[in-house]
Amino acid sequence: MTDRAIETVGLVKTFGQQRAVDDLALDVPRGAVFGFLGPNGSGKTTTIRMLLGLASPSAGEIRLLGETMPGRIGAVLPRVGALVEGPAAYPFLSGRNSLHRLDAADPRSDPKTRRQRVDRALERVGLQAAAKKRSGAYSLGMKQRLGLAAALVRPRDLLILDEPTNGLDPQGTREVRNLIRALAADGTTVFVSSHLLSEIEQVCTHAGIMSAGRLVAQGTLDQLRQLGTRRITVQTPDASEAAAVFARLGLDPVDRGDHLEGELRDGLQVEDVAAALVGDGVRLRGLSASGQTLEDLFVALTGEGFDVRG
Amino acid sequence: MSAVETQRPARPFALLGSELALVFRRRRTWAMLAALALIPILIAVAVRVTGGPPSGRGPAFLASITENGLFVSFTALVVSIPLFLPLTVGVVAGDSIAGEANLGTLRYLLAAPVGRLRLLAVKFASIVVFLFAASLVIVVAGAAIGAALFPVGPVTLLSGDTIGTGEYLGRALLLVLYSTLSLLGLGAVGLFISTLTTVPIGAMAATVVAAGAAQIVDALPQLEALHPFMFSHHWFGFGDLLRQPIDWSGFQDNALLQLGWVVVFGALAVGRFTTKDVLS
Repeated sequence: MTDRAIETVGLVKTFGQQRAVDDLALDVPRGAVFGFLGPNGSGKTTTIRMLLGLASPSAGEIRLLGETMPGRIGAVLPRVGALVEGPAAYPFLSGRNSLHRLDAADPRSDPKTRRQRVDRALERVGLQAAAKKRSGAYSLGMKQRLGLAAALVRPRDLLILDEPTNGLDPQGTREVRNLIRALAADGTTVFVSSHLLSEIEQVCTHAGIMSAGRLVAQGTLDQLRQLGTRRITVQTPDASEAAAVFARLGLDPVDRGDHLEGELRDGLQVEDVAAALVGDGVRLRGLSASGQTLEDLFVALTGEGFDVRG
Repeated sequence: MSAVETQRPARPFALLGSELALVFRRRRTWAMLAALALIPILIAVAVRVTGGPPSGRGPAFLASITENGLFVSFTALVVSIPLFLPLTVGVVAGDSIAGEANLGTLRYLLAAPVGRLRLLAVKFASIVVFLFAASLVIVVAGAAIGAALFPVGPVTLLSGDTIGTGEYLGRALLLVLYSTLSLLGLGAVGLFISTLTTVPIGAMAATVVAAGAAQIVDALPQLEALHPFMFSHHWFGFGDLLRQPIDWSGFQDNALLQLGWVVVFGALAVGRFTTKDVLS
């Protein structure tokens, strides 16, 4: 048994001239909560489609839970729960019957425990009260919950969730985060794609960042934070003394008039700088750090632009 | 836990039950069956009100209805085969894959994983069951309305022999089977078209157009060489089942023809669907 939940080597998907996914080498360890980040159109969903055998790679290899995809699709996918590009259900069936139908699709799923498993999954996403309602009458958030329930109908070793909090209210978003934490605590590997960075940061142990079809960074959150440039900003009436402390710590001080900026390097922490400033009697009005969040790194790696790549 | 579960023996028919429940739980399906049941009712009421046509005019068996209500079934089948049954087959077959793609459920079925070949087989099986149900509805509704409005008695066959009510039931069932068989080729064409698109209404329309085109080709004398290969060629051939003894040659020719269409378009559907990127 391999210690990798997802492994891809040189994965490529081309649509005509465009390389939607380019030389992707994903490496998701078992037990991780892996945040798969990237702007719209950066190839996240295309990658997920290939992982699940919905689309075939133009080149490269995929291993899911140690098995080759799509060659071993019948053995692997029953152990993988998925939410891909939004939930889907039969609008003329109730939420519960939609789940029964999707569960019956796999010949290995046990019909004797189906009712119990479906009801448990509905309960887990807080949908049991609406289980008998036609899913066509569900709100966007309820559909999203139903999609999550479908991924949880069987015990899974790996969950692949594409934008799981899409359309959910703040309570729903919190519940999904708690759900992901609980699943991870049970040993399920969770691969979650999102563009809502703050959410990812709260639940993930690992992350990968896509840009224009390429994986530009991946690793544990701590490893990723090391990649960015961290800056510290202080506001003080004692600018010259502060600049001296910055210089001593190797921070390359830049005086911006009302505040002083420096670049944190070599594992130097904000709290160390604060202690040194206070130790030298520098009076502080404000002190802040940037480049610490995934969002800063995300923007640094994928660019500021708002326009979707053509 | 789940690793053990994957070792269990496969349940190949679980999905067929689910698929049939899906088809027969839809109001659309019941609306189509109700519309088909209206055809014999319309015919019977029209004949009853007008007193029936002069012998030899109108669709086959029409003139016999006033003498024996059981002929309503046969007349209704003659009327339904070229248009109404192909319409309903177009809806069910055209929707089979494209409908799932349109709802987005196709990606979840495939990720379950359903197995692409298995899904196609189950979809085709559900088309066959629907065809059987549709033909059965026409024949049963015809017999019921015929018995309500006209005298019922021993049925005189095309060969002049007379059969009792019990044997009539047997012949009626044969006609249902013949009608089901006749539309299998079109069902396979519809299934193939349905793998080409994510717009179910387009696949439905294209399937119905295929049914019309086949009948036009079959009717043009200039294309006579093609006639035996049109899936609609034997659609009206069930008269031979109403002779004593039954002439099975038409049934056999039709079965062979339909098998050919199912093999060719089934293979096309498999070739297309098993290699297709599902991006919907």
